[in-house]
Amino acid sequence: MKPLLKAHNLAFGYPGRTLGRAINLEVQTGEVLCVLGPNGGGKTTLFRTLLGLLPAHGGSIALGGKSLEACAPSERAKLMAYVPQAGNSYFAFTVRDVVLMGRTAHLGLFAAPGPKDFDAATAALNELRIAHLAEKSFTQISGGERQLVLIARAIAQESPLLIMDEPTASLDFGNQSLMISEILRLKASGRSVLFSTHDPDHALQCAERALLLHAGNVLALGSPREVVTAANLKTLYGVDVELIESLSGGQPFCRPALRTA
Amino acid sequence: MNPRLPALTLAALALLFALVIVAFSVGRFAISPSDLLTVLWAKISGGSHALPSTYDAVIFQIRGPRILAAILIGAALSGAGAVYQNMFRNPLVSPDILGVSSGAALGAVLAIFLALPILAIQGFAFAGGLLAVAVVYFIGNAVRGHDPILALILTGVVVGTLFGSGIALMKYLADPYNQLPAMTFWLLGSLSSISPADLWVAIPVVLLGLVPIFLLRWRMNLLSLSDDEARALGVNVGRLRLVIVTCATLITAAAVAISGIIGWIGLLIPHAARLLIGPAFARMLPLSLLLGACYLLAVDTLARTMASIEIPPGVLTALIGTPLFLWLLAVTHSRARRS
Repeated sequence: MKPLLKAHNLAFGYPGRTLGRAINLEVQTGEVLCVLGPNGGGKTTLFRTLLGLLPAHGGSIALGGKSLEACAPSERAKLMAYVPQAGNSYFAFTVRDVVLMGRTAHLGLFAAPGPKDFDAATAALNELRIAHLAEKSFTQISGGERQLVLIARAIAQESPLLIMDEPTASLDFGNQSLMISEILRLKASGRSVLFSTHDPDHALQCAERALLLHAGNVLALGSPREVVTAANLKTLYGVDVELIESLSGGQPFCRPALRTA
Repeated sequence: MNPRLPALTLAALALLFALVIVAFSVGRFAISPSDLLTVLWAKISGGSHALPSTYDAVIFQIRGPRILAAILIGAALSGAGAVYQNMFRNPLVSPDILGVSSGAALGAVLAIFLALPILAIQGFAFAGGLLAVAVVYFIGNAVRGHDPILALILTGVVVGTLFGSGIALMKYLADPYNQLPAMTFWLLGSLSSISPADLWVAIPVVLLGLVPIFLLRWRMNLLSLSDDEARALGVNVGRLRLVIVTCATLITAAAVAISGIIGWIGLLIPHAARLLIGPAFARMLPLSLLLGACYLLAVDTLARTMASIEIPPGVLTALIGTPLFLWLLAVTHSRARRS
């Protein structure tokens, strides 16, 4: 089957500075790919390049089998949705208004959302079980709720692939687990997710494959159980990590060894 | 769901209507509403009326154009302010953020310095406004590797300062008995010298700028997101921003060219509209336009009636607006906390 998103021998970076080279990755339909890497390792820059927000420094990106550069902005938006970190918002839009913004690619230049778009927004809010927030102001809900609203916006966008830049960053423990459950639910509904995280446990919990990005290069790419190893984590983060098998079965979890002396 | 025309917008429309009647009535020559209707009806139906011809002169030559000008300029400045606040994601931005006012002022001051006629002063002001924004836009876009919004704002501030020193130089060199007062008067802003001919030029230009903004009103919301978000949602951000900047600049330059610099309205009216009705642009823009029109009409009516000499509206806008705005800020914030 044709991958939704495919990068071949990709080089990426800011204008004037290449951060990473020789990236090869594919995201298949219904798959979760997790990108792990230290701060400054180039995760966000890689995502911005894959989204077409930064020009590639080399190699190629194909979206739905077509070159990304040849896709118009609305064409891209129909195939992949971007879920940014739930940071600051500038104006107090209602949650419904924010989710409706996901309909942009389906609307003509001068059009405003119609009944079909309102239905799509309501369906997205229902899917994430946050319909009760619809009339609340986006600036007055919690960080976890905001992240859910941004996912709902991506669902209203009706694209098969969701690209999430550290969806668990700045969330508390409970909301982080909620977000991972949400990624599993998105996968179960047939969508693909490409996300980055700081926590290797997240890769073990919900991803088909994990990509370890170290100083812009691919350290490893494969099933999380194979690539999330003590040796690889030591290279990535510079700390010793013990992988502990869960007593109740399921995936192991990571425990860093703390330096006490 | 929100009704098509929210109650607040209807209330603002009613207020504007009432203000128009008051503005026609009061002044050195008082006209009662019934006389006003008689004269207007005679004009519309092509008939005649029994009142002295002074009524016609006051209504159609003196007060009419001035009321129309207040509505046009108040709405124009507030509309442009709403656009820029939305685009720059900052509620404290005014229509002159990209240097349109300083460019227009330099143009006007230069024309006064060269002793050119009124029409040339307005032409220079309009051209100066457009030129300033064009310079800011192209420098801002050429500065790579920065947040494009920040680059535009900083370039606007810097170019505005540069033009400001040009204005200061003109004032210093000007003849202190004729030119300097004319410059100072222009910089304070006034509606007293606006003729019907000025309006026939300014109205189409303002409409030319407003129509695309109105058509793009839903998309305007997307410009208040980060560029990355808006682009990933499928918006061609660069092109949309260029269209919007061009339109808002046309609107502001047309207004400033005939009225001079009337500060404050473009900064605080859109902010007040957002406090009252929320940030969704499709609802916020009409309310901004109406409140801006109401506000300048009220201020200008006061400016010409409250004292034996005319007070420049540029002075009054802040004097009346500041307490009004602070009150609104306090009231709406406490309401938000309670809900």
